[in-house]
Amino acid sequence: MELGDILLAVAIMLGKSLLMLVALLVFIAYALYADRKVWAAVQLRRGPNVVGPWGLLQSFADLLKFVLKEPIIPAPANKGMFLLAPLVMCTLSLAAWAVIPLNAGWAIADINVGILYIFAISSLGVYGVLMGGWASNSKYPFLGALRSAAQMVSYEVSIGFVIVTVLMCAGTLNLSKIVEAQNSSLGMLGWYWLPLFPMFVVFFISAMAETNRPPFDLPEAESELVAGYMVEYSSTPYLLFMLGEYVAIMTMCALGTILFLGGWLSPIPFAPFTWVPGVIWFVLKASFLFFLIAMVKALVPRYRYDQLMRLGWKVFLPLSLAMVVIVAGVLMATGNAPGMR
Amino acid sequence: MTVTAAFFYLFATITIASGFMVIASRNPVQSVLFLILAFVNAAGLFLMMGAEFLAMILVIVYVGAVAVLFLFVVMMLDVDFAALRQGFLQYLPIGGLIGLILLIELIFVVSAYVIDPGLVRSPAVPIPAADVMTNTEALGHVLYTRYFYFFQAAGLILLVAMIGAIVLTLRERVGVRRQDISKQNARTQETAVELRKVPSRQGI
Repeated sequence: MELGDILLAVAIMLGKSLLMLVALLVFIAYALYADRKVWAAVQLRRGPNVVGPWGLLQSFADLLKFVLKEPIIPAPANKGMFLLAPLVMCTLSLAAWAVIPLNAGWAIADINVGILYIFAISSLGVYGVLMGGWASNSKYPFLGALRSAAQMVSYEVSIGFVIVTVLMCAGTLNLSKIVEAQNSSLGMLGWYWLPLFPMFVVFFISAMAETNRPPFDLPEAESELVAGYMVEYSSTPYLLFMLGEYVAIMTMCALGTILFLGGWLSPIPFAPFTWVPGVIWFVLKASFLFFLIAMVKALVPRYRYDQLMRLGWKVFLPLSLAMVVIVAGVLMATGNAPGMR
Repeated sequence: MTVTAAFFYLFATITIASGFMVIASRNPVQSVLFLILAFVNAAGLFLMMGAEFLAMILVIVYVGAVAVLFLFVVMMLDVDFAALRQGFLQYLPIGGLIGLILLIELIFVVSAYVIDPGLVRSPAVPIPAADVMTNTEALGHVLYTRYFYFFQAAGLILLVAMIGAIVLTLRERVGVRRQDISKQNARTQETAVELRKVPSRQGI
């Protein structure tokens, strides 16, 4: 390859990544706003309504406030690691979006092992938490980090098995092909949420536990642990942690859309619905999942830690293991397993 | 080609440097973090050889699970490195011997490659071309047919090891007040709340 070709390829890749990043961050800003509005509406409050019309610019005002504040690094902290932790958290959660296909062929990198890549990246997120908690060199962040890490590791197991059931139906690890495998004349009834409904529920709950979302926000339980591993963080490092968390939630919403809700496919498989661009369907479905997660935050009280661990290890793990066996058996018996069709 | 070479040297250099830092760094937590960096870069090297499945599994299993446990233990234990260093010279001969054996084995492997490339390049099962079959499928085809019994045996050994670890660390302490979830869930309003009519000025 000529040097020019290489530079051009790199420039195109950079352009795509930048476009994705900007679109994602703006979307996250409004997802945050919507999250607070939903929460407020459930509690009969108004929510953010001062900055901009209907408070639409609230997230940007928050961003400015965070950036302009003074970052405080505690004297006994391990300075390098203290500042590295939020960067790790934020970068890793953004990196997962490299493989997510927003429309047919719209992924930045359409790799064969896309689903494994997302799983690997999301399992690395725990290091941001552990490093942050340890580097703060203080008791509350450390305990918060340990709780958080144990929780994230536990729920990864059940998410893994949920992914395995979907993979057995789709017969591929490529995210675009998983979506294509759900394309049928049945429309939304042919997507995997219906035949794998128990797994969809397990995925939805595990996704909230994995991303430390309420009702599983034990790591930062304000009323008991102050703010978990983020106690010592202020200004931009804190912003990066929060941003990483919300990006991780959006990643889980996108993953749920791809695995169970047919990605960019139209829910009703004939015109005029098929004329709507796939990316709009994708965003609508991901937003729907995010709305459900926001509603859960507003409606459900926080779990106790032993209940959380019991749910992960004694309910979800056996259930998802059994479902892997059942799905495999049904696929083999009906001759629908990949390679038999 | 140059891009590939550049990335290879990038990953390889970082792997070796972080591998060195694992044993050189004074802080055990930093050692584990450097170990993780080495794992991730090794995954990058796998990826460059086209072994995408192995690369991802390396990250998921070693970095996402095993190293987290390492980090947990190292963070919780207050390891005093000055005390550990005291017996350093005592163990040097054994450590040196193991290192020497590993070095000799490495030399054997590398020299076998230099002397007879055919020995290394004629594996038991030929690797299908990338456009015929993806890397993951190819691995599955070998693992679940030719090496099925070995694969199952490996799984069984891991299961036994897991059960063994649980049995060894499980201890039932008497007199500990535990939360019994099934008991808590079995409580109804009738068993939990009692309504009484309290006569005034008398109490219950």
